[in-house]
Amino acid sequence: MHNDLHVSRSTRLSTVAMLLLAILLVVMAAAPWWAGRADLRLFGEIFLYLSLACLWNLLAGYAGLVSVGQQAYVGFGGYMLFALTMLAGLHPVVVLPIVLVLGALIAAPVAVLIFRLRGAYFAIGTWVIAEVFRLGFAQISALGGGSGSSLSVNVVRSLASGRDGREAVAYWLALGVAVLVTGLVFFYMRSRQGVALMAIRDNELAAKSLGIDIWRTKFLVYVVTGGLTSLVGALIFLQKLRISPDAAFSVNDWTAFVIFIVVIGGIGTLEGPIIGTIAFFVLRETLADYGTLYLIALGLVAIVIMLKAPKGLWGLVRGKHSIELFPLSLAVRNIRQEKN
Amino acid sequence: MPEPILQISGLDAFYGDFQALYGLDMALLPGEVVSVIGANGAGKTTLMRSVSGLIANRDDAIRWKGRAIGALRADQIAALGISLVPEGRLLFPSLSVEENLMIGGQLGRKGPWSLEAIYRLFPILHERRKMPSMALSGGQQQMVAIGRALMSNPELIMLDEISLGLAPVVIKAIYEALPGIVGEGLSALIVEQDIAKALSVSSRVYCLQEGRVSLEGRSADVSRDDISNAYFGV
Amino acid sequence: MDWINTIVQGTLLGGLYAMFAAGLSLIFGVMRLVNIAHGDLIVLAAYFALTASIMLGLNPLVASVLVVPLMALLGYGLQRLVLNRTMGEDLLPPLLVTFGLSVIIQNALLIGYTADPQKLQAGLIEQQSVTVGGISIGLFPLLVFVVAILVIAILQWLFYRTALGRAFRATSDRQDVAQLMGLNRAHIFGLAMALSLAVTGLAGVFLGIRTSFDPAVGGSRLIYGFEAVIIGGLGNLWGTLAGGVILGVAQTVGAKFHPGLQVLAGHIVFLVILALRPRGLFPRID
Repeated sequence: MHNDLHVSRSTRLSTVAMLLLAILLVVMAAAPWWAGRADLRLFGEIFLYLSLACLWNLLAGYAGLVSVGQQAYVGFGGYMLFALTMLAGLHPVVVLPIVLVLGALIAAPVAVLIFRLRGAYFAIGTWVIAEVFRLGFAQISALGGGSGSSLSVNVVRSLASGRDGREAVAYWLALGVAVLVTGLVFFYMRSRQGVALMAIRDNELAAKSLGIDIWRTKFLVYVVTGGLTSLVGALIFLQKLRISPDAAFSVNDWTAFVIFIVVIGGIGTLEGPIIGTIAFFVLRETLADYGTLYLIALGLVAIVIMLKAPKGLWGLVRGKHSIELFPLSLAVRNIRQEKN
Repeated sequence: MPEPILQISGLDAFYGDFQALYGLDMALLPGEVVSVIGANGAGKTTLMRSVSGLIANRDDAIRWKGRAIGALRADQIAALGISLVPEGRLLFPSLSVEENLMIGGQLGRKGPWSLEAIYRLFPILHERRKMPSMALSGGQQQMVAIGRALMSNPELIMLDEISLGLAPVVIKAIYEALPGIVGEGLSALIVEQDIAKALSVSSRVYCLQEGRVSLEGRSADVSRDDISNAYFGV
Repeated sequence: MDWINTIVQGTLLGGLYAMFAAGLSLIFGVMRLVNIAHGDLIVLAAYFALTASIMLGLNPLVASVLVVPLMALLGYGLQRLVLNRTMGEDLLPPLLVTFGLSVIIQNALLIGYTADPQKLQAGLIEQQSVTVGGISIGLFPLLVFVVAILVIAILQWLFYRTALGRAFRATSDRQDVAQLMGLNRAHIFGLAMALSLAVTGLAGVFLGIRTSFDPAVGGSRLIYGFEAVIIGGLGNLWGTLAGGVILGVAQTVGAKFHPGLQVLAGHIVFLVILALRPRGLFPRID
């Protein structure tokens, strides 16, 4: 009788979903051959936003650290890319892992400081940090000061020969980072650390009594997220080819949109950021002409979702069931029942 | 036979998906003192919270002077003259003793109770009136909690486990003050873990067991055995 | 002498920051709510004053007689219709809803008034000054500072000497038990937000007279208010005044070194205080 029961993470649905995802990835990897230049850039942008959303979701949805200052790391990553390629003469692809490490390194002292704040005050504290970064980088004349600078032609050419080649490389890097980030978050949440994180999110006191070191866990998540966000930032500005303090540290572009994506998609799930990113870009492409009204609409949708459907679109789809597309949760399953 | 001032019929109460009360029936006559006893988790506090409006129930499950109040908010029910001394006292830490009493009188209902009357009842509170309420001893805090409930000049006062966590000598003192409180024609519903105290101060008693009434009778008439059986559900 | 002048100017600036912060502090004290749209509401009030002074030909200071009640009404409505639904254990809903509100207000203002910088003209008072011991003190900054002190004194009186203040404190302590006293929680929260936005409305008028403003400046006003609250210590309105002054002085001192460093200096002082005294200088609650 008990041979019919086993503990596993996968369900038929999740196995199918993962297979479809794998196929989709192969198709997207081949995009430089079947997609036009504008579409390729759009896909790249989608992957980068997806990465930002996934990371913000890890921070806020899983670790309970609601930050409205992740633009600090996006801008930091962008500026580090420009600095290391133009001032230190390193190849852009070599710079990427360095940016990752630098981002994590600077996130550490920041965390020590702002972890003294709780809840919404923590959130605003992260915003202050971002402002400090912005004002700080605006003082560095070697990187263009307040008006910013463009990525030098040599650096751009070193990516690949020919415009098409460069677009492809930038695109693959974006796709790669999206896969990296999503994969990392997925495997992390499956690990013991990830379960500890969710325990902290659900009930900090109980988690503490189980011996989970709350501060250390949150610190690690914040630092790793800082590093990865910097990496994404470097890729964003590699695509844009130009950086300035206002663009690098823009609250709207790197925080408001990301938050809306995660909230609309479904916070605290792996599927949420993906669905949210798709919804966001569908909205953007269809409402592109409406500029400011589009932002107002986004704000309204976010508010309505938070009040009426706090679990987002994915939450609406799921209903009261706990279906997953990513095989995340361990459950006891009855093989015989599933086979029938 | 006078009409009950409080009529509870078929009262169910839920905490989320968990059901705490199952079709409770209870009645309180004007001016009566009724006690409710039962083991921990039997549903006594849930009953208090339901009547006081902290928990939402079916509208006609609770009738006050014939009017259905089960679905009303707590502040609306307080305005009708029903007052609760909650389990654990739950004084306002940011307010002084006197301020706790004053906020009890927020509604401005007319009646015999005022700051002076409360201080006459519990003179020690007058001494301590400017102190932060949480700086008082357990027994004194209980006095503040009772005074706070009386300040609204209620017609029904509900006392939820006022002897909890207090020394016997303190409990005795508070219960000695009780006749002075309910003697003014006030109806009272008293939840108590201390069965002897409960029976001594009330005319009728209900025993709850796992969310249902397991015994009902005149306090003077119920036997030890009846109570034991009803309490533990033997 | 020069330094004293800088400190005096910074102190007066602190009065304005204290006004930004007072509304924030009040709301957090009563409802544990942090309103991310707070800065944008200050700017909204400035635009209301602009419209009132243009349409009715009023001096903006006079127009505040209309703006303040309007903001109070807006606050009551906002709380009862939208924000009351976010109150609860989870901190995400109020944060995200007020964030959404912030974006909506900014962009609605952008549509209504364009991104052009505006300024409220209060007339002669902006140019007049008194000279005390060799230091020239602008009448308007002095007025703002005095009003800030008055506002905080009134709020303190309200909180500690009136029935409404008792109701606020009791509701903030224990929401459920406060209901047992006959207090309608939804209404109390509405009143608290109305009061907060009334103060914010006045702050907005002062902001608009003192400097030029546009739809995008809300974020920094929120940050200044927030920094003043944290520096001063949570739950203490006089502390908030002190926090505002410290922030103002930090900024003016920073500006003295280099004009571009004004805002950054404020942030750095804030971070230093956060590092050394995380609960602020005069905290009252956790």
